[in-house]
Amino acid sequence: MDAIFLQVLNGLDKGGAYALIALGLTLVFGTLGVVNFAHGALFMLGAFCAVTFQFMMTASKQIKDESITFFDAYKEVPYLEIWFGHVGTVLIDWVVPLSIIMAIPVMLLIGLAMERGLIRYFYKRSHAEQILVTFGLAIVLQEIIKSFFGANPIPTPAPEIVAGSANIGALFGLGDSVVYPYWRLIYLAFSGLVIFAVFAFLQFTTFGMVVRAGMADREMVGLLGINVERRFTIVFGIAAVVAGLAGVMYTPILPPDYNMGMEFLVLSFVVVVVGGMGSLGGAVSAGFLLGILQSFASMNEVKAIIPGIDQIIIYLVAVIILLTRPRGLMGRKGVMED
Amino acid sequence: MKLFKLSAKDAIMMAVFIAVVLTMPIWLKPIGAGYPDLLQKFAIFGLFAIGFNILFGLTGYLSFGHAAFLGVGSYTAVWSFKLVSMSVIPAVIFGTVLAGLFAVVIGYVSLRRTGIYFSILTLAFAQMCYKMAYSVLTPITNGETGLRVLRDDPRVVDAMFGVEQNAVPVGELFGINMQGYPGFYFCAAMLILGFFIALRIFRSPFGMMLTAIKTNQTRMRYTGFNTRPYLLVAFVISGMYAGMAGSLMAVTDPLAGAERMQWTASGEVVLMTILGGVGTLVGPILGAGIIKYFENIFSAINESTLHQAFDFLPDSIDNVVVAIISPFVGDGWHLTLGTLFVVIVIFLPGGLVDGISRIRKRFSRKSHASSTTGASEG
Repeated sequence: MDAIFLQVLNGLDKGGAYALIALGLTLVFGTLGVVNFAHGALFMLGAFCAVTFQFMMTASKQIKDESITFFDAYKEVPYLEIWFGHVGTVLIDWVVPLSIIMAIPVMLLIGLAMERGLIRYFYKRSHAEQILVTFGLAIVLQEIIKSFFGANPIPTPAPEIVAGSANIGALFGLGDSVVYPYWRLIYLAFSGLVIFAVFAFLQFTTFGMVVRAGMADREMVGLLGINVERRFTIVFGIAAVVAGLAGVMYTPILPPDYNMGMEFLVLSFVVVVVGGMGSLGGAVSAGFLLGILQSFASMNEVKAIIPGIDQIIIYLVAVIILLTRPRGLMGRKGVMED
Repeated sequence: MKLFKLSAKDAIMMAVFIAVVLTMPIWLKPIGAGYPDLLQKFAIFGLFAIGFNILFGLTGYLSFGHAAFLGVGSYTAVWSFKLVSMSVIPAVIFGTVLAGLFAVVIGYVSLRRTGIYFSILTLAFAQMCYKMAYSVLTPITNGETGLRVLRDDPRVVDAMFGVEQNAVPVGELFGINMQGYPGFYFCAAMLILGFFIALRIFRSPFGMMLTAIKTNQTRMRYTGFNTRPYLLVAFVISGMYAGMAGSLMAVTDPLAGAERMQWTASGEVVLMTILGGVGTLVGPILGAGIIKYFENIFSAINESTLHQAFDFLPDSIDNVVVAIISPFVGDGWHLTLGTLFVVIVIFLPGGLVDGISRIRKRFSRKSHASSTTGASEG
């Protein structure tokens, strides 16, 4: 029982990342009809927003180390500590959550620039060409990051206070063996929050209503005199922000390197297809579902029965779902059915 | 004239192709590509791209999992070296056939869907193969280390004839070691064979059928054709090409690693085909050659060679130029590749072959300004 509970939790935080990326992918696909292979790169860019912010916050000055008296020793002291003292130290400690503030406008700008600069010329082209051009774009973004930050993963720790593990078991009366890192809990809550925010935005605002109407029948909305294209551009920006935030918050779990986007992209595409192309709810639930399945498959008991299942479970599920339910779990009728 | 059942025009094309391929070591020398390692790569990836083009170019089905067949071919060939003989003939045959069998299974399942779903299904299968090669199948694939040929492997057939091996066994054909130029000529022979088969497929009723499926599958179905068997055959053929290319990789360098199956490798062959020209005969080979050539040349350049190259400029300009170019060469070769990818898809969706024929058309229009209409180019 304990083990099962822990595996569900384990799956949920990974599933949270899948769900956030898949949500953005589906938004873009549902509105613009574009298959965006560069979405994983946006996730990676978000993570590197956090890295950049960390570099900025910890920009240091060499100061003479007074504690060593035998010889002249210098230590690096961040400017923030020099200027603000203890507050500066705390700020540096909280660098990952704070970088969200920077990531939102940056990712929005990147998203808008991408859509206006490249993606919009591909609305009418075939899906194969969309895949190819965004794939190329993803390589370009990845290589730019690599040339700036190098190929090695860059550790970006979570704040000190949430670095430990929570004793979840005690909370549910399951015994002390169920411990779980705080940050992963935060990630889970965060992804839930972002998903909720996106859904609320689409459901309860006029803007969201127009976007949903546009997803259902773009031509009709256009004929009503609404500039659908501009709204869809903004939706692309929002999708970029969602992917970016997923990336920012994921950095303490997985130190970012330039290749992380590709890994997640392939998986989230599978997630989108399993959930059903164009279905937001499908993308989110499939994300969590596949995350949980993956963590169950990596249990030793399961691996003893079917060796290697943890490596391929997601793809296996995708194949089975695609063959038995062609539209995915919650796919709408008439969307990408051919 | 019915030489090998080719029309006169195709026979000439075939002859030119053979001549061009076999003289590659000579005419590629001036641009610094006349060495066997790179020439082998040209031939192998040319073959891979031709095969991919039979599926993607003719039927329009974009597979993102062809690297799996490449990997299967490689592993099979190495196992054939280990168990059967160091002769390359069984290695290539086994590699091609086994990749074909894999293609039957994967194709049968994947071809039930079209469009992006097909791409995702093939991608999923390829990723499964890749992940399994790294984890559970380690006894067969030797995991991260990669599968290599050892001196004391059984090699049943070789043992029967009492063939002795040197410390580092290499593939051989009738006693000739398949490395360096002999290796290239073997690959080139396979490339020519592959090109010939592709040419026949393009000109056959079967090829017409595939093109018709690309144009309008629904109409084909309504006219009473069951399209799936045709698609499956096309998929298997292209998988076998990939398997052959993979086994040739093992022939020229008896080592197989799982990274050959990664999805970026599948992406590479898509790019080669697109760059050259989808659905054209020579396009994919051209694309494969160009990409492999630039990969080799670009990744060899570093900052000091750049400084040498721009020596004639004044120092300040020299530094600026080098600073602009250096991210694109050496380790940053992939940046150039990605940019190329984007530019080609945006500006030249038909690939280089399309570009060349467009330019030719423009020139011929100028020269025959008064003539009626330009003959369409084949």
